[in-house]
Amino acid sequence: MKNKLFHVSRRPAMPWWKSLLIRVIAIALALVVCAVVTMLFTGENPLNVFSAMISGSFGTSRKIWATLQGIAILLCVSLAVTPAFRMRFWNVGGEGQILMGGLACAACMIYFGDVVPNWVLILMMTVSAIVAGAIWGGIPAIFKAKWNTNETLFTLMMNYIATQLVAYFCNIWDKKGSGIVGVINPATEAGWFPVLGGQRYLLNVIIVAILVVFVYIYLNYSKHGYELTVVGESEKTARYVGIKVEKVIVRTMLLSGALCGVAGLLLVGGTDHSISTTIAGGRGFTAVMVSWLAKFNPVVMIVTSFILVFLERGSSDITSKFGLNKSFSDILTGIILFFIIGSEFFINYRIDLVHNTEKEAK
Amino acid sequence: MMSQIAFYFSRAIQQGIPLLFGSTGETLTEKSGNLNLGIPGVMYVGAISGVIGAFFYEQSGAALNPFLGVLIPLLCSLLGSLIMGLIYSFLTVTLRANQNVTGLALTTFGVGIGNFFGGSLIKISGADVPSLALSQTSAFFRTKLPFADSLGWFGEMFLSYSFLAYTAIIIAFVAAFVLNKTRLGLHLRAVGENPKTADAAGINVGRYKYVATCVGSMIAGLGGLYYVMDYASGVWSNDGFGDRGWLAIALVIFTIWKPDIGVLASILYGGVYILAINLLPTGGIAAVRELYKALPYLMTIIVLVITSMRNKKENQPPESLGLAYFREDR
Repeated sequence: MKNKLFHVSRRPAMPWWKSLLIRVIAIALALVVCAVVTMLFTGENPLNVFSAMISGSFGTSRKIWATLQGIAILLCVSLAVTPAFRMRFWNVGGEGQILMGGLACAACMIYFGDVVPNWVLILMMTVSAIVAGAIWGGIPAIFKAKWNTNETLFTLMMNYIATQLVAYFCNIWDKKGSGIVGVINPATEAGWFPVLGGQRYLLNVIIVAILVVFVYIYLNYSKHGYELTVVGESEKTARYVGIKVEKVIVRTMLLSGALCGVAGLLLVGGTDHSISTTIAGGRGFTAVMVSWLAKFNPVVMIVTSFILVFLERGSSDITSKFGLNKSFSDILTGIILFFIIGSEFFINYRIDLVHNTEKEAK
Repeated sequence: MMSQIAFYFSRAIQQGIPLLFGSTGETLTEKSGNLNLGIPGVMYVGAISGVIGAFFYEQSGAALNPFLGVLIPLLCSLLGSLIMGLIYSFLTVTLRANQNVTGLALTTFGVGIGNFFGGSLIKISGADVPSLALSQTSAFFRTKLPFADSLGWFGEMFLSYSFLAYTAIIIAFVAAFVLNKTRLGLHLRAVGENPKTADAAGINVGRYKYVATCVGSMIAGLGGLYYVMDYASGVWSNDGFGDRGWLAIALVIFTIWKPDIGVLASILYGGVYILAINLLPTGGIAAVRELYKALPYLMTIIVLVITSMRNKKENQPPESLGLAYFREDR
C-alpha cells in the first residue's frame, strides 16, 4: 500500500480576513522569489529594482496619470470579460473585441472626421465601437449556444482574425506604405474626446469608474445577472427553472463584447487617436487573470488590475535605470501570478498531515 | 516550374515544422484534459534555452564539435520546456488551479523569459544589430542529408531538411500510434475524457496528467528550438517567434486532436502562409496580404464549428478539457 503524507479535503468558506492573509503571504513569498531571481539574473540589488519600479509608476504626476490610465483600460476589459466568466464562458477573445471596437471607432474618425459635427462623430464612434465589439463577442456565443462549440478556442481564434483585419485597414489608411496609421485628424482633432480639467486621461478614468458600478449592479442586483450566474453554476438547473440558456449565453457575450468595444473606443478616441494591431497590448489576456484573481468581483478588480499595471508600468524605469530589458517585468509578473494562482489552493482546501501509524510501528 | 513548386513546398514545410512540434505537444497535453494555453510561452522558453546553450558553447572557446553543438542546445531546450511543463502541472494538477489563468500566466512568463534572456545575450555579444547570430551551431542543426542536392526537385521537396524536421514528423506519428494503439494511450484518453471513471479503473490520474503535460511541453519546446536554430539560421531576435504558439494551438483543433493528421495539416498551414505572403493575387493592393494571413485561423474556426455541428463522438475535444480533477468531488 502506498502511504500518502498529506490528506487534502475541501474546506468550508474561510472568513474573509483569513483568505486575505493567505493571499498577502503568497504575494510576500512571490516578492522574495522575485528578489532572488533579480539578484541571480541581473546582479542588481532587488530593493533598488523594486524602488525603481515604484518611482516608475508614481514618480511624477505624469507617471501617476499614465498608471491610472493603464488601470482604467485594463479594468474596463476585465469588467467586460467578467459577466462571461460568471457564466463559465471562457471569453479569451477580449483582445479581438477591443481591436474591433477600436477599428470601428478609427474608421468613423477617418471617414466622417470632416463631414459631421464633432458631437455626432463621437456618438457615431461610440455606437459603432460598441456594436463592433458586440458582434465579435456574439459570433462565438451563437455557436456555443446552438452547437456547444468550444468557446475558449473559438474566441482565441477570433483574436487573430481581428488582428489581421486591423493590419489590413492600417495598410489601406496609411498613405506612406509603412502600415502605420499616424495620429488621426491631428489638425482638426475631430473625434478626439474632450480633455477634462487639463488631464487627458481623466475622462477615461471617470467612464471606467461608472462602468465598475454598472457591472457590479448588473451582476449582483439584476435579473440578467442572476440568470447568468445560474447558467454558470449549472445549465441543467437553469433549464429546469425555465431560463432560456441559449438566450442568456448570447446576451451575456454581446454585453461582454460591447464593453471590450468600449475599451477600444477609450483607447482610440480617448487617448491614442490612432490605431495599430498592438493597441490592445495583450490586455484581453491579462484581463482574464485580473478578473479571475478578483473572484469575478468588479470592486476587487480595481486592486488586481492595479497590481498588474503597477508591474508593467514600473518596468519602464527599470529599463532606463539599470539597462535591463523591459521583458524583465513579464518574468516578475509571471512569478507573482504563479504564487497568487497557487495560493487559491490553500484557501479552498485543507491539508492535514497524515500520522502514519504503520511507519511508526516499524 | 517543378523547381519552383519544390522551392515553395520546402518553404511550406519549414514554416510548418514549428507548428507541428507545438501541436503534437499540445495534443498530448489536451488528451490528458489539460488545456495548456501556456504553449506559446513554452515554445519561447524552448527556443531561448537552446540559444543559451548554443551561445555559451560557442563562447567557450573550445573547438566546436558538431555532435556536442547539437546535443547541448537540444538538452538545454528540453530542460527549459520541461520546467515550464512542471510549473503548469504543479499549479493545475497538484494545486488544482484554473487552467486558463495558469496557461495565460505561463505565456506571459515564458515570452518574458525569452525576450529578457534574448535581449541580455544580444547585449553580452555586443552586436550592432538587435539580434544574435549563432551561425556555427546553427550550421550543425541545418546539416542536410548528404545526397539531397543531387536528386533535383525530389531531393529538395523531401530530403532537404534537417534532422529536427524529420524528428517532428516521426514524433507526430509515434504520438498518434501511442494514443490510438497502446494501453498507455487508452489510459491517457480515459483520463482526458472522464477522469472519475479512469480513477475508478485504477489509473493514476495525476501522474498521467503530469507526464502528458511535461512530455507535451518538451515536444512543443523543440518547435521553438527548430525555429531559431534552423528556420531562422540561428538568429535570435526578440519577438521573432511571433504568434506561432497560438497557431500551434489552432492546429490542434484543426487536426481534431490527431497528431498524424497534424503532419499534413502543418504543411497546409505553412503552405497557406507562404501563399499568403508570396503567391496569392492581391489585385494590386498589398494590404490584402494581411487578410490572407488570417486564413489559417479562419480555417480553424470552420473546422471547430463543423466538428461541433456534426457532433461525432470521436472528433470532439476531450470531455474534461480545462477542468481540474479532485477525487473527493466525485
